[in-house]
Amino acid sequence: MTFSEFLNMGGYAFYVWTSYALAGVILLANLLLPMLNARKQRRELVGKLRREGRA
Amino acid sequence: MWTFFHKLASPKYFYDISGRLLPWFGAATLLLMLAGLYQGLLVAPADYQQGESYRIMFIHVPAAWMSMFVYMVMAGAGIIGLVWKIKLADVVAASCAPLGASFTFLALVTGSLWGKPMWGAWWVWDARLTSELILLFLYLGYIALQSAIDDTRTAARASTVLALVGVVNIPIIHYSVVWWNTLHQGATVTKMGAPSIATSMLIPLLLMALAFKVYFFTVVLLRARNEVLKRESGSGWVKDVLMH
Repeated sequence: MTFSEFLNMGGYAFYVWTSYALAGVILLANLLLPMLNARKQRRELVGKLRREGRA
Repeated sequence: MWTFFHKLASPKYFYDISGRLLPWFGAATLLLMLAGLYQGLLVAPADYQQGESYRIMFIHVPAAWMSMFVYMVMAGAGIIGLVWKIKLADVVAASCAPLGASFTFLALVTGSLWGKPMWGAWWVWDARLTSELILLFLYLGYIALQSAIDDTRTAARASTVLALVGVVNIPIIHYSVVWWNTLHQGATVTKMGAPSIATSMLIPLLLMALAFKVYFFTVVLLRARNEVLKRESGSGWVKDVLMH
């Protein structure tokens, strides 16, 4: 099997690769969003604690 | 055993232990996913009827299994939160919903992308497809209900009731291909007796299914940790965690 044959997926390239790409995007987004959220939330909570500490 | 569960249900202990487990879960997800992709895209042979198009199965079937599994976890955690008033269970239930909706959406779209070349239609109102679409609406309704109610206790109670009503849909999805004469094919793995699928195709399918499952646990822990920190932000241990 050559690489272009592999990419062609027996003529089903569009259907197969769209499926895999969509899965990649959805799984990655679901992983990255809570990670980014954790950082943001941490900053906010630390900021709040510092303000309370000063007050 | 029970003391372990009680300890685990304490937000602080959960935060500690989940933080230590997460790297392992992440690594396991990555390894299983790579092994599954390798087996599914490069090792498994083409199908004698469907050619290469059947490789969509390695995404579609694990996503569909997860769509139902996550719902049961969500409803189960909801009941535990409702009956035993364990706050952590409410957090887990709420953390499940976006993931379940994502898996359901993925199962529906990849099914559509598989249906077009094989059945000649993007969508048919068949029992399997329709009940899976209802599952997506149940998840979306759950998420909407959660975000519409500010008080976490009330939100948990209301959304759990919705989730419990929707549980009836899960056996309908599973048995739809048996009860009705559907265009969707019947079960080949989760049936009595040996699975009617070639081993070379079963291996990548199971690897991907396992990868999706470990992925789910990874992300649900991530989400639950954020949520626990937010809900417990007034307590002393959160201050300790944040200031170190």
